[in-house]
Amino acid sequence: MTGFELFVDGFLNGAVAVEWTPAILKGFVLTVFLAVLVVLTGLGAGLLLSLVRSLGFRFLNAVIVFVVDILRTIPALVLIVLLYFGAPSIGVVMSGSVSTWLALSLVLMAFSEEIFWAGITSISKGQWEAARSTGLGFGRTFFHIILPQAIRLTIPPLTNRTIGITKGIALASVVAVQDILGSAQTAVTFAFNATPLLIAAAAYIILFLPLVILSRRIETRFHWRR
Amino acid sequence: MSTAGLSSAFPIQHTMPATLDNTLSFAVDARGVEKHFGETQVLKGIDLRVQDRELVFIIGPSGSGKSTFLRCLNRLEEPTSGSIDIDGTNILDSKTDINKLRCRIGMVFQSFNLYPHMSALANVTLALRRVLGYSKTDAEGRARRALARVHMEKFADQYPSQLSGGQQQRVAIARAIALEPRVMLFDEPTSALDPELVGGVLQAMRELREDGMTMVVVSHEMAFARAAADRVVFMADGRIVEEGTPQAIFENPQHERTKAFIRQVERK
Repeated sequence: MTGFELFVDGFLNGAVAVEWTPAILKGFVLTVFLAVLVVLTGLGAGLLLSLVRSLGFRFLNAVIVFVVDILRTIPALVLIVLLYFGAPSIGVVMSGSVSTWLALSLVLMAFSEEIFWAGITSISKGQWEAARSTGLGFGRTFFHIILPQAIRLTIPPLTNRTIGITKGIALASVVAVQDILGSAQTAVTFAFNATPLLIAAAAYIILFLPLVILSRRIETRFHWRR
Repeated sequence: MSTAGLSSAFPIQHTMPATLDNTLSFAVDARGVEKHFGETQVLKGIDLRVQDRELVFIIGPSGSGKSTFLRCLNRLEEPTSGSIDIDGTNILDSKTDINKLRCRIGMVFQSFNLYPHMSALANVTLALRRVLGYSKTDAEGRARRALARVHMEKFADQYPSQLSGGQQQRVAIARAIALEPRVMLFDEPTSALDPELVGGVLQAMRELREDGMTMVVVSHEMAFARAAADRVVFMADGRIVEEGTPQAIFENPQHERTKAFIRQVERK
């Protein structure tokens, strides 16, 4: 066999692909499911925290900043392992998928809170004052005036961070979750062939490329000249 | 722009007496207003009463506390002590619904502060709908009438970024007057504008004044003060030093501080 034939046999093997694609497809569905959950809970919780933080209670804000800083420091993998192997010792047992979802949601919450907060504080004080001077309360000012502007500013960093953290679902393979990477690794072991890894790579591209393109379009659409 | 030209083009009668009748109810009745920022005292006991349909002009050197005082009148700043009644309602009372009250106190800012993500019309309708509870149709009707009063009805669908500074400020005025406030506060409304854009904003204010709007204006537009104000209040170092008709303050100031200030601004 020539070098090229060896490469094709080891990485682009048709027979292996046919045999293992269904398993990786299952992993794909699980990854999409986990990704959607992580994005919803992570961004939701992050937004909620930034809203609470803009209420300006000093003690509460100190707690938020502390928690957020800790979560931003701990690698997601450590958090997943802690939840999966550590939590049972205090009587909380969760599956690999649940611990991955919770860990990544917490991390996304922490990062997105910081991004939302940066967006909120970058809106000029005059916007608050103008809205308040017409009788709008805190909540209405926040939701009608501040948040829409803050979100437009934060969409680029937010999408980047969201995609980065969602890709962390691959870490779930260490706690035996059969996501895209987990199922591909299993396949590699059984088939003794690297083709499943390339299939997994393709699956990641199929999953995230539309997200990247979508975020770019949202960015353009939400843009307004100052 | 000469004072004489203004006066003849827009004849305004100064019917308000400089000394006010105690039996009337006042649009604004501020007594002993003090404001501390930490160690520094910015307002050292301000008393100001504004009658219905009166235009009061507040002038003074920067740092005199005039903007801070204006911002106390709708509680954008919280006074440290004193009392402020707007149309007979104590706005500092914790039982007062400050949001309901703020609709009746229009405010125009130096930097316009239009909402950049909304059209001119949406800028005006927002509070009409969310605070006063008008339907979409009613709110838009009112908003368009308010925009027409400042000659901005043609720009209803434009976004702030598409408007000049002067046009933005007129939309900001429309946003405030659409709520039909009892009194309008202007915080240096023309200071951020290029000179050629000032005229349109002053024109809009002049027309409001002719419609009988009660106004408190902090501004350096002395020609406008002479032509349109009923009363000029001179503030320095957190106190009202002197007040009176425009003639009295500009032609015959009594205090040294006032004289020095008038000399300085007239020289410009």
